[in-house]
Amino acid sequence: MQKLLSGNAFVFGKNVDTDQIYPGRFVEFTDVEDVAKYAMFGADPDFTKKVKKGDFIVAGTNFGCGSSREHAAITLKAVGVGAIIAESFARIFYRNAINLGVPLLVCPNISKLIHMNDALSIDLQSGTIRSEKGLIATAEPLSEYVLHILESGGIKPLIKNQLEAQKHA
Amino acid sequence: MHAIEKLLAKKAGKASVKTGEIINCEVDMAGINDLYLQTLRSFFEMGGTKVYDPSRVIMFLDHYAPASTITQAANQKQFREFCWDQGIDLLMDIDQGVCHQVLADKGLAYPGEIVVITDSHTTTHGAFGAFGTGVGATDLAIILATGKLWFRVPEIIKINFEGKLPKGVYAKDAILHAIGALGADYAVYKAVEFGGSMLEHLSISERMALCNMSTEMGAKASYIQPDAVTMAFLKERVTRPYEIYHTDADFKYADEVSFDVRELKPQLAAPSSVDNVYDLSQFIGRHIDQAYLGSCTGGRADDIGIAAHILQGKKVAPRTRFVIVPASKGVLLEAMEKGYVKTLIEAGATFVTPGCAACLGTHEGMIASGETCITTTNRNFPGRMGDTKAEIFLGSPAAVAAAALMGEIVDPTLYM
Repeated sequence: MQKLLSGNAFVFGKNVDTDQIYPGRFVEFTDVEDVAKYAMFGADPDFTKKVKKGDFIVAGTNFGCGSSREHAAITLKAVGVGAIIAESFARIFYRNAINLGVPLLVCPNISKLIHMNDALSIDLQSGTIRSEKGLIATAEPLSEYVLHILESGGIKPLIKNQLEAQKHA
Repeated sequence: MHAIEKLLAKKAGKASVKTGEIINCEVDMAGINDLYLQTLRSFFEMGGTKVYDPSRVIMFLDHYAPASTITQAANQKQFREFCWDQGIDLLMDIDQGVCHQVLADKGLAYPGEIVVITDSHTTTHGAFGAFGTGVGATDLAIILATGKLWFRVPEIIKINFEGKLPKGVYAKDAILHAIGALGADYAVYKAVEFGGSMLEHLSISERMALCNMSTEMGAKASYIQPDAVTMAFLKERVTRPYEIYHTDADFKYADEVSFDVRELKPQLAAPSSVDNVYDLSQFIGRHIDQAYLGSCTGGRADDIGIAAHILQGKKVAPRTRFVIVPASKGVLLEAMEKGYVKTLIEAGATFVTPGCAACLGTHEGMIASGETCITTTNRNFPGRMGDTKAEIFLGSPAAVAAAALMGEIVDPTLYM
């Protein structure tokens, strides 16, 4: 996992729900290339045209509330979102994103400190968030368990290793 | 310890657990919905070959029941074939209904159980003293492969509702009121226990509505201590052995709040957030294009019965559609036996196959730009039931049925 990230910020409000991240009517699509077409479609239908690999999503509280649909995390990973920084995350979205290896940072007041298109650099290890103007904020440190999943490239390789170890035990 | 902590400790094979601890628990029942083909993909990607225990896996074809597009049909075909290949007997095909209601009907929701489904409203099973929680596709695939899943032991909050609800006011009104007061992120990552004297008067159906809606305050799970009402419901249905846990007298909740419901008025969550809650009286006279009664929150036989009572011998308003989606086959059969279906069809209501239907904005009852819908479902996010420029109000079954009758938002207590 890359620990120093840089990209531009896309700022959204609070309670950004999974229907805004990935509308229900597209849930029947299951191939990543199809799912990637509708990232943030409910909140900003042009998001996929503007976002570049490594860019960040910044939001208020309760990002990812609503449905358990993993499409919401898959679509953001597929368009190359480098990390999501929010004041808080809904729990299922949090698990889904971490499981897929998408870094999430919890940082109080962040949606007021960062503006649309701010160029940011983030140190995932320390949680520091910087812009051209200097240090903006420090996010809550990632738990050891979460860091372990991210460093493993998501939870699938971890479970794969565990299953293989059981087979050979 | 709290009953939930004792339950989690038992399933993790530990004597005790503490808040914040990461534990690995045995999962009693793992459910997959037809939206989440990624579950099967993740299972195979992780090197899975045979599911850990087919008798503890249940497949629900409920969100697209029956399939409306070729892609949905192809997805459902793969689910069926997976069940047949893996020896999963609990394949709930398109005739069965919404996962949470199906588990309840079939006696597969019971105290002390850990039930995990790829559906955010799995908190519903707290109504039976179970630990129910929703996860994504990959988490569910981990259960398929290993029989277990990691959990962070949650802080536990208690919400008390005191007093008996007035006539025409329901558990849905009480929980909307609480979510409005506390906010959509009040319980993120926490477990919510419901208590207070209101519960003594609530049927299992209304308790399920309460626990179901705890998801809309971010709860990871909910809990109602099993009592005589619970036991009477379980007695008819549950054949699996189960254990009821009790909270120690000295347990300290992370937070405890109380609401007096004795004079609660009908509530509505206005567009476009579940915590945007007001007294319904503020919206009286608002034209309704579609009234929608259904979902795992408000599609039970009791809810359909309330609508039948309100529309008996009357007609749905001329410029309003009334869509009713029974939550399950069991609900539909009960509604037929009690005559509710005949009453409502004669009144002009449209019945849809048991399932999720338009609740998640995919099919069967979608709404157009500029339209207003009042619904017993659980979410009114922009675009939830169709166009992002449609407006959705969430209310009780009585509020929805009375609006269907009059074609506008009206005080349901006047029609009881």
